[in-house]
Amino acid sequence: MSEHEITLTVNGEKHELRVEARTLLVEALREELGYTGANVGCETGRCGACTVRVDGDALKSCTRFAVQADGAEIETVEGLSEEGELSGLQASFKRNHGLQCGFCTPGMLLTAGTFLEDAEDPSRAEIREAIEGNLCRCTGYHNIVDAVEQVATDGGGESL
Amino acid sequence: MSDAAEGGGVGEPDDAEGVFGSGVERREDIPLLTGEGDYTADVSRPGMAHLAIRRSDHAHARIVDIDTSEAEAMEGVAAVYTGEDVVDSGVPNSIPTAWMLPGLVTPQYRILATDKVRHEGSGVAAVVAESPQRARDALDRIDVEYEELDQVTEPVEAVEKDVPPVHEEAEDNVAFDFELGDEEAVEEAFADADHVASVDLRQPRIVPNAMEPRAAVAEWEDRTEKLRVWMTSQNPHLHRMLLSAGTLGVPENRIEVIAPEVGGGFGSKIYHYPDEAVTAWCSMQLGRPVKWRASRQEGYVTDCHGRDHDTTAEIALDDDGTVRGVRAETHAGLGAQLSQFGTATPSYLYATVLSGQYTVPAIHCRVVGAFTNTTPVDAYRGAGRAEGIYVIERLMDVGARAVGMDPAEFRRKNLVQPEEFPYESAAALVYDSGEYERAMDKALEHVGYEDLRERQERLREEGRYLGIGVANFVESAGLSPSGLAGDLGSQAGGWESSIVRFDSTGTLTVMAGTADQGQGHRTTYAQIAAEELGVDLEDIEVIEGDTDRIPQGMGTYGSRSASVGGGAIARAAREVRSKAREIAEHQLEASSEDVVFDDGTFHIEGAPDRSLHIQEIAHEAYLGHDLPEGMDPGLEETNFYDPENFTYPFGTHVAVVEVDPETGETSIEEYVAVDDCGEVINPMIVEGQVHGGIAQGIGAALYEGAAYGDDGTLETRRMDEYAVPHATQLPDFETDNTVTPSPHNPLGVKGVGESATIAAAPAVVSAVVDALEPFDIEHLDMPITPETVWRALGGAE
Amino acid sequence: MHADGFEYHRAGTVEEAVDLLGSIPDAEPLAGAHGLLPRMKTDEESPPALVDISRIERLSGIERDGGSLTVGALATHADIAESTAVREHAPALAEAAGAVGDLQVRAGGTIGGNLAHGDPRVDPAAAVLALKAKTTLRGPDGERTLAASELFEGEFETAVGADEIVTALEVPTDGAGTSAYHKRRNPLSGYAAVGVAGYLRCDEGAIEEARVGVTAVGPHPIRLRGVEAELEGASAEAATAAAAADRVGESLPASGVRSDPYASAEFRSHLLSVDTEDLLGGLLGDA
Repeated sequence: MSEHEITLTVNGEKHELRVEARTLLVEALREELGYTGANVGCETGRCGACTVRVDGDALKSCTRFAVQADGAEIETVEGLSEEGELSGLQASFKRNHGLQCGFCTPGMLLTAGTFLEDAEDPSRAEIREAIEGNLCRCTGYHNIVDAVEQVATDGGGESL
Repeated sequence: MSDAAEGGGVGEPDDAEGVFGSGVERREDIPLLTGEGDYTADVSRPGMAHLAIRRSDHAHARIVDIDTSEAEAMEGVAAVYTGEDVVDSGVPNSIPTAWMLPGLVTPQYRILATDKVRHEGSGVAAVVAESPQRARDALDRIDVEYEELDQVTEPVEAVEKDVPPVHEEAEDNVAFDFELGDEEAVEEAFADADHVASVDLRQPRIVPNAMEPRAAVAEWEDRTEKLRVWMTSQNPHLHRMLLSAGTLGVPENRIEVIAPEVGGGFGSKIYHYPDEAVTAWCSMQLGRPVKWRASRQEGYVTDCHGRDHDTTAEIALDDDGTVRGVRAETHAGLGAQLSQFGTATPSYLYATVLSGQYTVPAIHCRVVGAFTNTTPVDAYRGAGRAEGIYVIERLMDVGARAVGMDPAEFRRKNLVQPEEFPYESAAALVYDSGEYERAMDKALEHVGYEDLRERQERLREEGRYLGIGVANFVESAGLSPSGLAGDLGSQAGGWESSIVRFDSTGTLTVMAGTADQGQGHRTTYAQIAAEELGVDLEDIEVIEGDTDRIPQGMGTYGSRSASVGGGAIARAAREVRSKAREIAEHQLEASSEDVVFDDGTFHIEGAPDRSLHIQEIAHEAYLGHDLPEGMDPGLEETNFYDPENFTYPFGTHVAVVEVDPETGETSIEEYVAVDDCGEVINPMIVEGQVHGGIAQGIGAALYEGAAYGDDGTLETRRMDEYAVPHATQLPDFETDNTVTPSPHNPLGVKGVGESATIAAAPAVVSAVVDALEPFDIEHLDMPITPETVWRALGGAE
Repeated sequence: MHADGFEYHRAGTVEEAVDLLGSIPDAEPLAGAHGLLPRMKTDEESPPALVDISRIERLSGIERDGGSLTVGALATHADIAESTAVREHAPALAEAAGAVGDLQVRAGGTIGGNLAHGDPRVDPAAAVLALKAKTTLRGPDGERTLAASELFEGEFETAVGADEIVTALEVPTDGAGTSAYHKRRNPLSGYAAVGVAGYLRCDEGAIEEARVGVTAVGPHPIRLRGVEAELEGASAEAATAAAAADRVGESLPASGVRSDPYASAEFRSHLLSVDTEDLLGGLLGDA
């Protein structure tokens, strides 16, 4: 199997690392670079806990080889708050009790935040569709939908 | 230091007044929202190696030979072990059951299989390597030769004649044959009754699917002979005890179990599984830290499943709708091994709630616990009570039809009345307190029950099928006191322990023996301490989940944390307050009756300027210069709290669904939950628990359910084969509550972790069946998928 | 759940990709990875080498030119679903792309990979069949064009050669037809349990041209020829839909209808009839 020198810019910080071709992006982020915010919940692309943004797109990082992301700008949950200040969406999750065990939360934030950038006054059904690819076993989603809806209503866009 | 010097935190009230009962935002959230919180899989130790476990692909097979040589020779592989290696090491190597029943067969349960594999997923060998990838690569190079054996996966079939035994100790696959209630009284009731209605039902296996897979990191330190284990645990002290006395033999006082952030449990992280023992054992062999993390696929075949009941139940009725008696015969699948509470769940936790919220004069229940070649079954959210309430609520539906009454009215007629509490049921429980009709009325009002029934009629004329399902529930929560649990067979205590400690500078530390997996304990426990001691929330630190920091505890299961854990905190805090009062009286030179405690301050009645804040007293207590004669310094108390009895949360849930008879699709139009969990510490968190519980109940009713194939292996082994509900599959929830305090603990709380799961499944099933009443459907088994409905309506014919 | 090791190669141009695929035995192209990677993790596929084509420029645009729409093979499902040109001129394709998986899958998965991989459950395949789209392939012998109906050959088998890559999808848009896609989602997998795409061109109250493509029903996506025959020449009114749907059974695969934990073959066939009628009813209502 081949190995590759790749560059990943994570939350603005540039990292150079060596990976096997088969190394998944989530493995590179967690095991090589220590960004453990993205969680591994299923490895089959169903649970969404590993969602990160790659060049602006929300992607499940278990469904991309790290080498494919060579040169990409990656945003993880660790990059969402600045100097300890929660982002609007993070604060809304807290205010609305949109998380319990928190395991799905990083992926949920990145998916919902990406959705909110383009969404105009989304309905609750549209919010549910947007987070269709992120499973949560604790909340029943109701409060997550509340949290996203509140940010959308209060002027989304800058949610992340 | 005084109250005035302390500011309130963001989102928290400025002072302690009214903190108990208010929806303060969770202190747990920030690390979880920013990715800083560490789950077990995020823990990394210097020199750490990685464990992967080779698991059986067969349901039942004899192990003929295991050849590990090729795997051992691989670069980057530190060691490969088999079950024989564990046996040879001389450790106790036995996972015990924690609940005995009369006549229970308790087969050996080793951490790696030696002679036979008895279910798919059973561990047969372990690889430790320099990376998780390398460890998994090496698994494929282990050659295991099996001799396949006939297998059985269904509990009813398992106990039939001439079925291959899972264990030689139980030739007939019967682990226990349990009875509860008065069989004679039931026979009389049925003989005298005007009507008997019955239902045959199956409650399928649920795979818990906590979002975080199970994991463990073990670090054995040769120098101190100490074992430290980070793991996904709902009860680190129980794990410490079982690792010591059950599997590894390391003295309990040299084991530290740490449950860091835990990503959901729902019961599945209560148990001592082979995996954490293997992880720790490997660390002891190699003298280096070892990490193991289950893949989701491993989780499907190794995390204890829930439910797996086959039941025939009957209800005896008078013409006027009075319930005379209930009887049930259940075959419960236990899986291939006895998990710790696998015996308690289908016996006492199940049969004792079979009267639900109703006056049922005679009850009898028989449960045959069967070994099957499947993943062990143990408590899953609602454990036992969910299965029992499901049975009685299905009976209340078929009973209502038998006597021609509206199902809600029929339920109302048979409710236990408020003045009857404490109420001793015919199923051996004493319900603490309840106003069932109040919650039921509230729920029916929310949906506009009468109007809905009219709408249902109109829609039926248009060929549309609306269904209304009403489910009443009451559950036994808390699993305490110890003595009662012990009488029923528990091998563990039912108490909880807490330490409440003022520090010398006036901050407060609360240590709790429970362990959080998302419930927000650190927030609610701080609210309890703030209420009891008048200290600002931000001055309170709550510590949980580390056996070296919190000496004793039982953990989090059975909806017990608020009632038993919270009770221990309240009692320890009250003892602290009482000692502080003595110091205050001494230093204020006043007698007890003249000193009042108000919002953290002791002052002399009528002279508010002569006062001492409890945080100042803390300083005095540690200074020790001026304490009452004979008083020891310090201000901390440890409390072991063993409640008087179980608590009994209750409520009514109503589901309104529309079923499309052509495609079989069920859509939930409205879902209303009215819960009574006694006093509410934090309404936001309680609502969250209700939401999550409803989701799991709806999941069971409509989507979930594990299935085994003809070869005894699991057919639903991935998230694209087993339906954990997505956001688009669940409706918005409407929640409300009533408050009937429990007299059984100092806070009046009842617990809420499991309530909604218990209620939601019968509510939804009832609604679907109600929708299909025109087609003469009396019952459908879960999960009621579109195909289930289509087949029930004759679509396949 | 992890992929076996493989050699990774990155192609900068179509020519380079074709060369690499031609020179490395059993090499497979890699774009969005959404079809292939999950199957590599479960050992259902284990290619010794992958040629990453995702960085080839000029393969991702969507253009309308005269009577057709050209969709680059690397266009993501999200690109297609959001494209005004596709929504306007090939609504079935936009709807199918918009129905794929979830937000993340639509952002990462590409149309070329989606079609070339041969997964029998993919949404766009139904639309591609109904719209009579063509795929443009490049191989060592240059470019060739495959009709949609020639593309799908079996479960994970397509007519795309081992050393070929899909470069574009050509969708004819000259007619005055209408099209739509209906997905009955398998909530477990996110794929279609049944997906039906229809294209109708009507003139003066009669159906001139009809095509119905379905996915997730057989070993590969198929056209419902019997249904189409019933439609063509019939009057463009709602009642026609029911008559047409009655002929769904004629085109069901001889090898049997798919069965999975969500729906048995029998139930799936039933759903196909229901959904075909619904979809056609809707199209006839619009026509």
